[in-house]
Amino acid sequence: MTAPARSGPLLDVDGISVRFGALLALNRVTLSVGRGEIAAIIGPNGAGKTTLLNCISGFYHPFEGAIRFAGQDRTRLRPPEVAALGIARTFQNVALFRGMSVLDNIMTGRALAMRGSFLLQALWWGPARRQELAHRAFVERIIDFLEIQAIRKTPAGRLPYGLQKRVELARALAAEPQLLLLDEPMAGMNVEEKEDMCRFILDVNGEFGTTIALIEHDMGVVMDICDHVVVLDYGRKIADGAAEQVRKDQAVIDAYLGVAEPLQRRPA
Amino acid sequence: MSTVASSLDTFPKLVRHNAERLGRRVAVREKDLGIWQAHTWRDYHERSRRIALGLASLGFVRGDKTAVVGDNRPELYWAVLATQALGGVPVPLYQDSIEKELTYIVDHAEARFAVAEDQEQVDKLLRVRQQCPRLEVIVYDDPRGLRTYSEPGLLSLAELEERGEKFALGHPTYVDDEVARGGGEDTAVICYTSGTTGTPKGAMLSYRNLIEMARIAAEREGLRSDDEALAYLPMAWVGDHMLSYAQAIVAGFAINCPESAATVLADLKEIGPTYFFAPPRIWENLLTNVLVRLEDAAWPKRRLTHFFLGLAQDLERRRLGGQPLPRLARLLAPIGHLLVCGPLRDNLGMRRIRIAYTAGEAIGPEIFVFFRALGINVKQLYGMTEASVFVAVQEDGDVRLDTVGTPMPEVEIRISETGEVLFRSPGVFQGYFKNAEATRQTVEDGWIRSGDAGFLDHAGHLKIIDRARDLGRLADGTMFAPKYLENKLKFSPYVKEAVTLGPGRPYVTALINIDLGAVGNWAERRGIAYTSYTDLSQKPEVYDLIQQEVARVNASLLEDEILRGARLRKFLILHKELDPDDEEITRTRKVRRGYVAQKYAPLIEALYTDRDRVTVEARVTYEDGRTGTVRAEVAIRELPAR
Repeated sequence: MTAPARSGPLLDVDGISVRFGALLALNRVTLSVGRGEIAAIIGPNGAGKTTLLNCISGFYHPFEGAIRFAGQDRTRLRPPEVAALGIARTFQNVALFRGMSVLDNIMTGRALAMRGSFLLQALWWGPARRQELAHRAFVERIIDFLEIQAIRKTPAGRLPYGLQKRVELARALAAEPQLLLLDEPMAGMNVEEKEDMCRFILDVNGEFGTTIALIEHDMGVVMDICDHVVVLDYGRKIADGAAEQVRKDQAVIDAYLGVAEPLQRRPA
Repeated sequence: MSTVASSLDTFPKLVRHNAERLGRRVAVREKDLGIWQAHTWRDYHERSRRIALGLASLGFVRGDKTAVVGDNRPELYWAVLATQALGGVPVPLYQDSIEKELTYIVDHAEARFAVAEDQEQVDKLLRVRQQCPRLEVIVYDDPRGLRTYSEPGLLSLAELEERGEKFALGHPTYVDDEVARGGGEDTAVICYTSGTTGTPKGAMLSYRNLIEMARIAAEREGLRSDDEALAYLPMAWVGDHMLSYAQAIVAGFAINCPESAATVLADLKEIGPTYFFAPPRIWENLLTNVLVRLEDAAWPKRRLTHFFLGLAQDLERRRLGGQPLPRLARLLAPIGHLLVCGPLRDNLGMRRIRIAYTAGEAIGPEIFVFFRALGINVKQLYGMTEASVFVAVQEDGDVRLDTVGTPMPEVEIRISETGEVLFRSPGVFQGYFKNAEATRQTVEDGWIRSGDAGFLDHAGHLKIIDRARDLGRLADGTMFAPKYLENKLKFSPYVKEAVTLGPGRPYVTALINIDLGAVGNWAERRGIAYTSYTDLSQKPEVYDLIQQEVARVNASLLEDEILRGARLRKFLILHKELDPDDEEITRTRKVRRGYVAQKYAPLIEALYTDRDRVTVEARVTYEDGRTGTVRAEVAIRELPAR
């Protein structure tokens, strides 16, 4: 891995555009996320938030513009290469291995860090064994951190939704990412679960110094925990700045609450 | 005994003795990062000494109080010992207390120092400190989420110990000197009793109280240094302080701290304790768990289990009642033990238990019999905070259903003219902290008034009827014992809590809390949809279910000569759970009868009219201390007259 540049933003998205057929899902979006920051990407449904996240994690590739991570251009990398760089993510619809235990699910997050031959791993011998123990110890720290000790051995598919989201976060953390992408980490949660999740996100940021970019609909949450908010609407960035400032932005208010003639402004 | 005690008359001295005598033996285990981490007696001594040095470096002086708040953690037990080593007094607090309760106790106890488990407790304590300026220093164990805090007087345990190390350079014998100055008559701990009435009172217990009672009980019950106990009950409860702290140090056995409150049952299974202590509430939960899981089993398994459990319980009931055992049942019992009782006991993590207590309040006889039938040596313990726990315990091989056993050695019991149980023992406390009035009302010439009505039977067993002030008579003079009825109701897995009413009334009624887990499971299996606790509680089907349970209690009441007149006539299911945050039950989960009667007065009045439903509005307190209002319509069900 190349030594990351110590200064400047960790993630730099420079005028990227993505097209699905006739639909311009992202239209020259530019944003940057500083080291150790919690940034939020918000916007109405269909604004292009998840597409943006998918570009950053290498799932889609923009037809124009560039994405730089830690100063290196990496617009054209594929997801495993992105993951190896230190970017981990969670998904809007939970994507866990339902039949596997919580512990095993989180262990998969360590897959990239595992070395050694297939044979040694199969025999669980020598360096493979030492490695597995070290990885398990690391995973246990995350389990402790996210307070999911009680469900360590429970199959992920049997857990309530809120806990599945937490397990997904745990798996992403297991990769020791520099940048963590969270796609609607609090969707479908009740107030208490949301408060828990907020605390975990803040703690991850405070404790490991992980930079976090998240998509969220709950404006209360966004305003409470994020340093920096980017607002998308119809594939374009309409605001970017500190939470307080964005909240008062007229374009944002219009996009969220609608303007006087919403039907004319948004043909179906 | 006193010769041994004379030189080892405080816990710091005893732990130092243990460190020399049992050095490498395990004193505390804690499940952390998925592994049971062990600490020896030498660690126990060494770590508490370092914490003591740290406290001393911050100006801790003899007589200072340390508030200790958090789940059971080795570090918190060490903080208790460190405080005592410096001649201070630890004040353990309930970890789920809301800010208001903490503020009252921290202020009343005049605590200068506080040791907290984590951020959650630190946040509460920081707010408490704004109202209690006397609280200066807050030390925390788990630094997570606290790195950015910069409040003055807030530091981590690691920082505290570091300061202690520097302090030790200039004062190498400081802690030893302070330990030497301590004596048996010093106050060892202040335990605030949750109290079903009024504000909490701080019971001061001396080293002599705790050490002597711990030793007396350990000798009579045969505790050994290779016993294992699970330290999972709130540290603020005197039961945990006696068992996990005093007895563990005196007898030298190991305690095990669970990973988190949610993993207690799994940890219980992993540890397999030999000595176990639980209030009836926990036994009820365990039983409910078993019964719910059983309902999900395939029917041949279910039938087999029900058959053998029924058989074992029937046998145990006869055995406790001193009745002859039927021959067929005696023949079948070993099979049942092999197929059902043994495996179930093992599954609960109770296979190795030699001694288990139920204490805190009266246990329902059905629950008691159930666990004894599994072959677990559960015994009733009658005790009080003010007595350093132990007053009476059922002796091995002499357990009866209707008594709480015989007095412990060196404990004298007397019944007052009004029928109240009085006792005197080496464990009788020093008094309530800063509350001479309450002390005078409780202690008279060394005799403690227990507040319980009871009597000693011909064999010297103590029988408790009920709280003296709760025991009452219906309008027509029929004897009515609320607790007794409530325990019978709570045997049902579907009933979580019950409050019965009757004194001065024409008939007996009950307010019932359903168990959300058990009733929810029951409803799901029958395809009954519900949205919330309130919704589920008011389903007619649920009322039918509870009515069967009430009818069962009424039927069993017929067997009791004195109480048979007090059968339940009407009941209603409360729309919300009784909650300590709403002050309806105490933190140790005892119903605060007076408060409930006042709060639900309209409901109770309706039970004594012809109405079949009533509308309620109730204030609820959320976990963060905010309040809101819940409005609901509650049905009243009358049982058909026989």
